[in-house]
Amino acid sequence: MSDLVRNIIRFFAFILVQVFILNKIPHLHRFITPYLYFLFILWVPFSVPRIGLLIIGFITGLTLDYFTMTMGLHAAACTLVAYLRPFIINVLMPKDTSEFNYREPSPRAMGWAPYSVYALVLTFFHHAYLLFLEWLQFGGFFEFIVRTVAATGISILLIFTVELLFPRRLKFRTNTA
Amino acid sequence: MRNVFLFIRRYFTFLFFLALQGVAIWFLVTYNSFHRAVGLGIANEITGWTNSKYATVDQYFHLKEENARVHRMNDSLLNLLRSNYNIPDTSVQQVVDTTKYDTLPGFRRYRYYSARVVNTSVNSDRNYIQINRGANQGITDKMSVISSDGNAIGVVVNVSPNFSQVMSLLNVQNTVNASLKNSGEFGKIEWDGKDPRYLTLRQLPKSIEVKKGDTVVTSIYSYNFPPGYRIGTVADFIVDNSTTFYVLKIKTSADFYNLQQVFAVENLQRDEQVKLAADTKKKNEESQKGK
Repeated sequence: MSDLVRNIIRFFAFILVQVFILNKIPHLHRFITPYLYFLFILWVPFSVPRIGLLIIGFITGLTLDYFTMTMGLHAAACTLVAYLRPFIINVLMPKDTSEFNYREPSPRAMGWAPYSVYALVLTFFHHAYLLFLEWLQFGGFFEFIVRTVAATGISILLIFTVELLFPRRLKFRTNTA
Repeated sequence: MRNVFLFIRRYFTFLFFLALQGVAIWFLVTYNSFHRAVGLGIANEITGWTNSKYATVDQYFHLKEENARVHRMNDSLLNLLRSNYNIPDTSVQQVVDTTKYDTLPGFRRYRYYSARVVNTSVNSDRNYIQINRGANQGITDKMSVISSDGNAIGVVVNVSPNFSQVMSLLNVQNTVNASLKNSGEFGKIEWDGKDPRYLTLRQLPKSIEVKKGDTVVTSIYSYNFPPGYRIGTVADFIVDNSTTFYVLKIKTSADFYNLQQVFAVENLQRDEQVKLAADTKKKNEESQKGK
C-alpha cells in the first residue's frame, strides 16, 4: 500500500472516529470533548513539504468543521499544528542521518520519550488555540485554562492508547520503494 | 522591489500560514453572525448523507424510548377526541360535517412536517441538529422544530435541498419567547452555554408568583413556535437583587441526548406578521418626520 492510499484511508478513519464516536460521547465535565483527529497531521510522512503540510492541516480541520458546524475553528487550530510540526521535529530528531530511516513520525522512529514530547507539545498548542478562539467569543478565563489542561490530558491518553493498539511497523525508507 | 520578492520567498511558508489562518478566522467570524459559509450548501448535503447512514443504524438502539414518546403523544391526543364526551342536552342534534375538503384554508396558521434527526450534539456552546428534510420537501428558514412528544427543540437556520440545520435551544445565540403555563406571563428563554440540562428564563416580572415545578411553554407571541408546547419546568431561582425580573433555571423537558423523530412547524402567517411589524415601525418613523 502506497503512502498516499494509506494516508487517504487514515484521513477518513480519523474524521469518522472523531465525528461519530468521540463527539458522541457524553461530555466528561461540562463540555471537554476528547479530540483525536489531529493525530492524522502528526502521522503525515516526513517527506511532505511544509506548504503541503499546511494545506493538509487546513483541509483536515475544515472537514471536521463541516460536521460540527463550527466553520474555521478546527481549521485554524490544525493549520497551527501543521505549521509548528517541522520545528518540533527538527529539535527532537537525532541529527545523525544514518539512524534516521523511517518514513513517518512514530514511537519506533523517534523513540518513546521524544515522541511523547512531540505529541504533548502539538496537542497542547492545538487545544490551547482551539479553546482560545472559543473563549474569545464566549466563556470565562478560568474555564479556558482548566479546559485546555484537561482536554490535553485526555487527548494524550487517547494518542498513547492508539499508539499501543496500532504499532506501525515496517515503515523503513528503502531505496527500492 | 527585489528585496520584497526576496522577503516573500524567504518567508513564503510563514506568509502562507498567516493566509490560511486569516481564511479560517474569516470563516469563523462571518459564519457565526450570518449562519452562512463558503460551500456550506454542498457540504451540508455530504455531511447530511454521512449522518443519515449513521442514523439508520443508531436509531435501532433508541426505538424503545421513541416508542414510549409516541405512545405518550397518542395518549394525549386520544383524550381530546370528540367521541370521549357525552352531550347531555338531548335536544341538541349532532351534525356530522360532510364537507370533503377544508373550506377554511386561509385560517390555517401552522403546518407540520415530519422529519428524522440525523445528527445532534450537546457538547458545544453552539449546538446544532441536522434533520433529513430540506428545501425540496418544503422546509424553509425560521421554521420551528418540536420533538415527537411535543417539546420545543429549536429553529431551522439553514436549508440545503435535502437536509436542514436546526439551531438547538442549547445554543448561546438562541432566544425563544416563552410563557408560564399557569399564569400566561411571558419571558425569554436563553442558554448560558454550560449545562445542557438547564436553560435560563429571563424578563419575567417579580410581581407574579412562581413555584418550583411550574411548567414553561412556548408563548403565543412567538413568530416561530406554535403556542403551548413544553420547554421545561422551573428547577431553581437564581437570586439577583439588582433587577425586578426573575432569573429562573429551567430544566429542559426535551431529551437533547436522544432525539429521533421530530416535527418541523411552519407558521403560514409569519411573513405577514413580520411585514406588519416592520410596516408599523416605518409608518411611525415617517409620521415622526412629518411633524
